[in-house]
Amino acid sequence: MRQLRYREALNEGLAEEMERDDRVFLMGEEVGHYQGAYKVSQGLLERFGEMRVVDTPIAETGFAGVGVGAAMVGLRPVIEFMTWNFSFIAFDQIISNAAKVYQMSGGQVPCPVVFRGPTGAAKQVASQHSHSVDPFYTNIPGLIVCYASTPRDAKGLLKSAIRDDNPVIFLEGETLYNMKGEVPDEPELVPLGKARTVREGAGCTLIAWGRPLYTALEAADVLAREDGIECEVIDPRTLRPLDDAAILESVQKTHRCVVVHEHWPYGGPGAEIVDRVQHGAFDALDAPVLRVANLDVPMPYAAHLENLVLPTVGRIREAVRKVAYADR
Amino acid sequence: VTDQDTRLGYLKDMLTIRRFEEEAARAYAQGKIGGFLHLYIGQEDIAVASAAAIRKEDYVFASYRDHGIALALGMDPKAAMAELFGRHTGCARGFGGSMHFFDLANGFLGGWAIVGGHLPLAAGTAFKSKYVGEDRVTLCFFGEGATNIGGFHEGMSLAGLWKLPVVFICENNRYAMGTPMHRTSPLEDLTLKAQGYGMPGENFEAGDVEKVRDRVAAAVERARRGEGPSFIEIRTYRFRGHSISDPAKYRTAEELEEQKKRDPILALRSRLLEAGVAEEQLDDLEVEVDGIIDEAVRFAEESEPAREELLWTTVLAPPRQDEP
Repeated sequence: MRQLRYREALNEGLAEEMERDDRVFLMGEEVGHYQGAYKVSQGLLERFGEMRVVDTPIAETGFAGVGVGAAMVGLRPVIEFMTWNFSFIAFDQIISNAAKVYQMSGGQVPCPVVFRGPTGAAKQVASQHSHSVDPFYTNIPGLIVCYASTPRDAKGLLKSAIRDDNPVIFLEGETLYNMKGEVPDEPELVPLGKARTVREGAGCTLIAWGRPLYTALEAADVLAREDGIECEVIDPRTLRPLDDAAILESVQKTHRCVVVHEHWPYGGPGAEIVDRVQHGAFDALDAPVLRVANLDVPMPYAAHLENLVLPTVGRIREAVRKVAYADR
Repeated sequence: VTDQDTRLGYLKDMLTIRRFEEEAARAYAQGKIGGFLHLYIGQEDIAVASAAAIRKEDYVFASYRDHGIALALGMDPKAAMAELFGRHTGCARGFGGSMHFFDLANGFLGGWAIVGGHLPLAAGTAFKSKYVGEDRVTLCFFGEGATNIGGFHEGMSLAGLWKLPVVFICENNRYAMGTPMHRTSPLEDLTLKAQGYGMPGENFEAGDVEKVRDRVAAAVERARRGEGPSFIEIRTYRFRGHSISDPAKYRTAEELEEQKKRDPILALRSRLLEAGVAEEQLDDLEVEVDGIIDEAVRFAEESEPAREELLWTTVLAPPRQDEP
């Protein structure tokens, strides 16, 4: 299978959907003439023109709202946030408007809008630019929240998100854009709400998404080599709705579970998964479910401190050894 | 030139709103309606005039003070009252309530209750019209209290930048909840703001439904011709408090009495009498409207409550059938 970079896969997914459906347009800061702050939209302006690849002023409230309004009357906007950190300016548009309009109109007005962009820490961009927004948006009924961890999922999930009739929060890993991976030649839809088993194993279920998925995979290798523990690694891919069945099925097999996430430990999908596992697979568990999260502090600038805050191989290994009672 | 039947139609629509709001207030006092209730009494001419200035297929957004606008656009008073009563037959199936009326069939895209948050949405529907090359126009209503918040700035900015077919109508009813404008705005003339967004602005007094209609229509036609958005400040006055729970102690009884002399319904009624319409005919009209609203209340009371199963089926929309 051919190899594409994560950003190229997103670009291809966008282009295919824009080709297929002329209601789909891309809007955001620097998406057109600049070719995208992270080059996700490279070449799209030339291909689709200024009406469908729309540069905006720095006005997140404004263009997020334009996306919601346009979606309410039948278009399929893809709204790019240069980073999800800037979505806080548009919080009201996403939460009060996009997520609410279908129900508060009594089911008259669906809102098929995709909000997408990079999230998470990105090598020393400091506290205001390092948010993992997963916990904020997964809390909201009326939203679908995806997080693509691979080029293949980036493309396939984005295509499904664009075709869905609901507001989709589409999270991309800021440090994943350059990553290469296999992407099929033929257009592929990756279904929303379906997890993927990335690595099989019977010793412990590790659940991770985004950049920490790779940290978890690295930890799984170390655990297999050094500790003789084979982890099963699951990428939920969609954080809301969660694929409970895939997670619980794995825990039934491994009897142990560690959730790894790049968001703060207070609540969020990390804590939600723990809750679902403890009441959905209580009898199967041989140990408490643990989490490896960002340390509960704002993100510092200094590289060694940033690395300390993010989930590490060492912390994941320690958590897995703990639930496996490896030190006894 | 407006013929007599058209004027009588305006009067009927304004009376319908007035009576609807009076009955809503009564039902609220009786505990039949919950939540917030922001009445439109005193401002009816603006909704009726604006509805007369647009086409059926145009898009309209309102703030939480949305009953009058929805009714003027043609919402059935029964569906409106049933919504206030939390009934399945309500215009939003009992899920929206007073602040979130919706009526897609009449182009009414909702009452929105975070101040200023719907201005970008109106720019969005206008963007759609430009995108697909249709000549629909979007109207967006809000109070003067919304002119200081970010949504106003960014919605107006993008509409001006992209010359979108939208008319922003600021219903300046003098008080943002309890605060008069001189304490919230450095400007007395809000139309000065429009310049900053590259669009024309004008202001005028409400009270004369035909005048309001013609001035809104001019902005609507400008937008329809592709010449871009406009900002209109219409100076009006609400006769009731900000919401049903507001006794409006921030204004004097004298001020309110003075304003009530300019009641737009009385003004149109006087004009019709002067033009030779029989008082009896106007009285009959009032009786007819009373009947419509009584029927709406009865309908609301007798309707089935909002359905629990819709709680789950309206969170996310199912796949549509019209997919390419």
